[in-house]
Amino acid sequence: MKTRSIQVESRTERLIAVRDFVSEAARAFGFGDEDISKIALAVDEACTNVIKHAYRSDPTKIIQVHVSAGNGTFEVAIRDDGVRFNPAQVQPPDMKEYLTHYRRGGLGVYLMKSLMDRVEYSIAPGKANEVRLIKYLPR
Amino acid sequence: MSEFKIGHREAETVSILDLKGYLDAHTAPKLEEAFQNLLRSQRYRIVVNCRELSYISSAGLGVFMAFIEDVRNNKGDIKLTNMSPKVYNVFDLLGFPLLYEIFKEEQEAVTRFFDRAR
Repeated sequence: MKTRSIQVESRTERLIAVRDFVSEAARAFGFGDEDISKIALAVDEACTNVIKHAYRSDPTKIIQVHVSAGNGTFEVAIRDDGVRFNPAQVQPPDMKEYLTHYRRGGLGVYLMKSLMDRVEYSIAPGKANEVRLIKYLPR
Repeated sequence: MSEFKIGHREAETVSILDLKGYLDAHTAPKLEEAFQNLLRSQRYRIVVNCRELSYISSAGLGVFMAFIEDVRNNKGDIKLTNMSPKVYNVFDLLGFPLLYEIFKEEQEAVTRFFDRAR
């Protein structure tokens, strides 16, 4: 199991550094361009949610991104100590309704689930919030 | 914001925005500003050329959602052109091709405005 980490300030201009970091790790693990793009986008969406919602755009906060890769499984864990996010409150969007009423925002969680094989959340009092984005290497 | 740039051209009564680079939560406000400027000048026929757009996240998609209703209420439209397969896939994943007309070439989108006007 190989692991690598990066931590960045909670600012949108740091998203590009996170995407580059994750893309490089995914490439090293053996993913092709299409999967690398999907992983980078999913991680961007998770970090954007942390910046906007968990940290409410406070640029002094820190986001930790940990990649662990082994046995055909690539996992990116994004951790923050901001406002707790309850995944049970996120309803899967009805895309037809969504498009009909020109709603915006909230597309990130839907994209993350569509782009990755698994999305898991850990939230517990006194612990960092964590979202884990998992993709399996095609055989 | 050097990783994202917007060019602005006019072709008859159609405004064309050329997007270049990475459209994410950091750069989306720049696109928002470009749409606001067009609407302020009552330019409602808009073509967005994505030839040099390398990346889009939901923050960028949200900007299109934010303005489409206003634009259509004023008898205009936002049409998209020249997307790379990578960028198109993100639009497609969210069902945007049902809501927006997406063309391979810019000229097709510009012409479409005049087809409708006839």
